[in-house]
Amino acid sequence: MKRGAVAIVGAAETTELGTIPNQSQLQLHADAALNALADCGLSPSDIDGIATAGESPVGIAHYLGITPTWVDGTGVGGCSFMLHVRHATAAIEAGLCSTVLITHGESGRSQVGRGGFMRGGGTLMGQFEMPYGPMGPPTLFTLPALRYLKDTGTSLEQLASVAVIQREWAARNPRASYRDPLTVEDVLGARMIAYPFTKLMCCLVTDGGGALVLTSADRAGDFPTRPVYILGGGESVETPMVSQMEDLTRSRAFRVSGERAFASSGICHDDVDHLMIYDAFAHLPIYGLEDLGFCKRGEAGGFIAERNTAPDTGRLPLNTNGGGLSYMHSGMYGMYALQESVRQLRGCAPAQVPDCKVSVCHGVGGMFAASGTIVMSNEPS
Amino acid sequence: MAQRPRRALPRPTPETQHFWDGTRVGELRLQRCDACAHVYFPPRPFCPSCASRSVSAFPASGRGTLHSYVIHHRPMPGFEPPYSIAIVKLEEGPQMMSNVVGCPQTPEALELDMPLVVEFKEMSEDITLPLFRPAMLRGSEVAV
Repeated sequence: MKRGAVAIVGAAETTELGTIPNQSQLQLHADAALNALADCGLSPSDIDGIATAGESPVGIAHYLGITPTWVDGTGVGGCSFMLHVRHATAAIEAGLCSTVLITHGESGRSQVGRGGFMRGGGTLMGQFEMPYGPMGPPTLFTLPALRYLKDTGTSLEQLASVAVIQREWAARNPRASYRDPLTVEDVLGARMIAYPFTKLMCCLVTDGGGALVLTSADRAGDFPTRPVYILGGGESVETPMVSQMEDLTRSRAFRVSGERAFASSGICHDDVDHLMIYDAFAHLPIYGLEDLGFCKRGEAGGFIAERNTAPDTGRLPLNTNGGGLSYMHSGMYGMYALQESVRQLRGCAPAQVPDCKVSVCHGVGGMFAASGTIVMSNEPS
Repeated sequence: MAQRPRRALPRPTPETQHFWDGTRVGELRLQRCDACAHVYFPPRPFCPSCASRSVSAFPASGRGTLHSYVIHHRPMPGFEPPYSIAIVKLEEGPQMMSNVVGCPQTPEALELDMPLVVEFKEMSEDITLPLFRPAMLRGSEVAV
């Protein structure tokens, strides 16, 4: 990938977020797509590349009336959209297509027009994890956390502070689902879901969507929006079964994806003005800060609790939309993290980081199964 | 009347049948590579370390330690919450998911790195699940 050769020129979320019982999942994709196209003054007939996850790209292309010359249906969970951005950048550079639409829509709360999320009993996960009673991500994604806490000496209070600080960011965002202030005591005293995780350490379940339009940077001046240039990216996968992680206290996928993202973009950690780390659960920003190299091993919990990622005073603004814990989380949250990076680099975020030039957006898929990282800037190089 | 939903049970495949045959006769079977001696789980007919197709199943000791866990507090078909969902580190190296049974389902009773020993729970004619219990209970060691 050549630094800054491709830009995001259109970006938007669905008109509504939260509970949207009057739209199917397919229509949520379309609503976001039409908003993103309107954002940059394009129509579906201008699009020749399509990428999506959760639905088939065939279904999205047909529904929107797009005849693509490039198609990407990579579906590795909530970070799929980071992978789509990376793949689209390479495809545009290679001349496989010129203008890519990436869509996400998910009826996570209302479950309107949504396919099942079943794990057949014959899969490895069906044989070697499901019989022991996990009920989705709240009992699987959380499983490594106690090991991490013990090995690093991180406290439950520090883990809870992740939710507290993100709520402070959400309080500044009118579209956030939860905006009332929280204390560490509130978080630790909330209803227990899967010890040590209380309800306030788990993400929301909402409806919504988002879409992005990418094209080559030399066309970026043709659009009314401020371009957001793709400087680099990374991706990887580890295991579909959380019980088979190489090391419960680190994500191999995070590290491989993050290292590649930094190397390909040529930035260093001090260059990063704004950071998004997909937070389906409170431990994920902690793992992300360490696996991406922002914090040393065992120091990320303290880094957050000591307000280094908090509004106003924090030197590394993190999850500035309020994150999956307080803003919204439809199931595959990666698209919303990307949207917030774009808003910050356009200078139009509700909780705007002053003089924001470089944003790193890091996603996870499955339960530490996959990862994608995108480095973006409002300057081409 | 439809039956109440019950605990999800595995459907063995040709590559995993030996494991589920093993639990029915009281063995926790792992696989070892004949070429590089790597011991691994879950089952597959080749070594995930060196890709050799020459591998052998063998009965593991059934001993391990409590590597990490959650205590689930929400209703789940076939379970009585709260119950633990654990990652057990087996003495031979591999990790596997299971439930820790035979002790209170509390953070105080479920101490990380505590020694565990397998026990087998017959769920149906075909399926017996490997569960784990503390190897030391109230000071008296449970015979392995």
